[in-house]
Amino acid sequence: MLIELTDVRKAFNQGKPNEFWAIQGITTQFEVNRISCLKGASGSGKTTLMSMIGCLSRPTSGRIRLQDRTISSLPERFLTQVRRHTFGFIFQRFNLIPGLSVVENIMLPAYPLGLKASSLRNRADRLLEQFLLADKSDNPVEWLSGGEAQRVAICRALINDPQILIADEPTANLDSRLSREFMALLDELSKSGKTVLISSHDPVVFDSPVVDRVVELEDGVMVAGET
Amino acid sequence: MITILRKQRYFIDYTLGTMMRHKGKSLGLLSVYTMIIFMLASVMLFSHAMRSEAVALLADSPEIIVQRIQAGRSVMVPAEYLQRIGKLRGVTEKRGRLWGYYYDPAVKANYTVMVSEQDNLSINDIVIGAGIARTRGLSVGDYLTLRSHEGKAFSFRVVRLLESESELISSDLLLISSVGYRRLFGIDESYYTDLVLSVRNPREIQKIAEKLTRLLPDSRPILRAEILRTYESLFSWRQGVMLILLLGSVLAFVIFAWDKASGLSAEERKEIGILKAVGWETGEVMRMKFWEGVIISLMAFLIGYLAAYLHVFYTSAGLFEPVLKGWSVLYPSFQLTPSVDGLQLATLFFFTVLPYTLATIVPVWRASITDPDLVMR
Repeated sequence: MLIELTDVRKAFNQGKPNEFWAIQGITTQFEVNRISCLKGASGSGKTTLMSMIGCLSRPTSGRIRLQDRTISSLPERFLTQVRRHTFGFIFQRFNLIPGLSVVENIMLPAYPLGLKASSLRNRADRLLEQFLLADKSDNPVEWLSGGEAQRVAICRALINDPQILIADEPTANLDSRLSREFMALLDELSKSGKTVLISSHDPVVFDSPVVDRVVELEDGVMVAGET
Repeated sequence: MITILRKQRYFIDYTLGTMMRHKGKSLGLLSVYTMIIFMLASVMLFSHAMRSEAVALLADSPEIIVQRIQAGRSVMVPAEYLQRIGKLRGVTEKRGRLWGYYYDPAVKANYTVMVSEQDNLSINDIVIGAGIARTRGLSVGDYLTLRSHEGKAFSFRVVRLLESESELISSDLLLISSVGYRRLFGIDESYYTDLVLSVRNPREIQKIAEKLTRLLPDSRPILRAEILRTYESLFSWRQGVMLILLLGSVLAFVIFAWDKASGLSAEERKEIGILKAVGWETGEVMRMKFWEGVIISLMAFLIGYLAAYLHVFYTSAGLFEPVLKGWSVLYPSFQLTPSVDGLQLATLFFFTVLPYTLATIVPVWRASITDPDLVMR
């Protein structure tokens, strides 16, 4: 068992008239080397739950444990350390920084580590080759097609060699062929030892044979997918 | 240590990349910022250089000058006043001086004419300042013709050009012999323009001035310290006037810079969110923005200050000349001796580079303490 959630709740605008509980008491576990998918309609709480697991935000109440460490109560500084070394993120709109080249975007998460420039560049080049982007290395990211941008986002997520990959609606901007290719890439990553968490309401994702487990959310509550 | 340096290098690289991506904004900000530094530094350098010139000019001047006053105007001093002063304790030397101004209609300039005792000039010899040599196109051996008080033409042969430490004194200066001077201006042997007294002990100057007033009731002793004070306040006043004139543009720049530096666009906010989401700490985002502030303000400071230095010392502060210079003796153009005041430099640095750098950090701090999960939405 790798990630354990115990009665996790998340409120927005707490104490105000527009208070809203996005997650209402979720208790579950996600296992290592698996591809798990959070399924649900828009507004069901998938992204909120993923961002708490990925240390991008903290739950209002409840506990999240990573291995034997409770991460839900860590101060921001430590949360960033965990996020930097443990998680790689693939966002719905890729969130690449325009104006920077492909390789610069990929190396971005590693800048604060202060690695030697040549070893960082080698690491980025290996990823570019692995994801068939070597010839695009110095192109600005604006020139890329949707599929290429997606692969650059994957490379960026992998640059610090994280244990867990978090992909939020990764196929929302891809056609079904590219979506299937993306799932095949995730399968390879899972086989190489990565744990993958995806949120999606795309059947290409949650019906994909490479997904090991589907957890369904509705209005912040788990309605299916108990282990 | 190496890791920390490498990290800073990555942040600076990233910052430079960001600035290149927003070329228009960066260049616009840099040019306005540079212009402000240029104007402020020009005024400061110019005023300081003028003050330094004045100090250099007066360094060798006598401690006391005695003028004769008649009906509130200064007039020629009879030579017998030197005898009337007699022997005053503390005065090491006393002598009469001959000097005045000559208006040259050919170049519409006033020259300062002085009698030189050291040069052993003959009646037709003249030594001229660099400014006059430039304006009239004269060199050693050439003749300069001046019109005497009777309207007769007097031709003087240039025997030497003045190369003084301070062009302020030498630029428009003519040195002639005492005989030549008296002939040119029609001044009797028994008169001087003023008298000068050298005093060795500065503490005695005030006392000697009091004695002089008693001995020569129609005279006015002028002390070197008083002249220096007058120069000081004159240039400080002019600098103040100029700074007030510039205040409008400085304020406009502050508003502009505050808006540019502090107002984060939606795109910048998103970028900060992405950086945090991919693992940058709040402090690291701020350091990156700090470098942006430092690079822009340091570049503006260096370019602006260098341009101001060239403007003041190589083009004689052409832009501010009418306000900062401007009394008759300075009409022939002259070049200032380069001189920089460290304190003034530091003041300008701390009042421009620091506030701007801080102005860039504050909004980033506000943006970067928000949860990075905003980029997920």
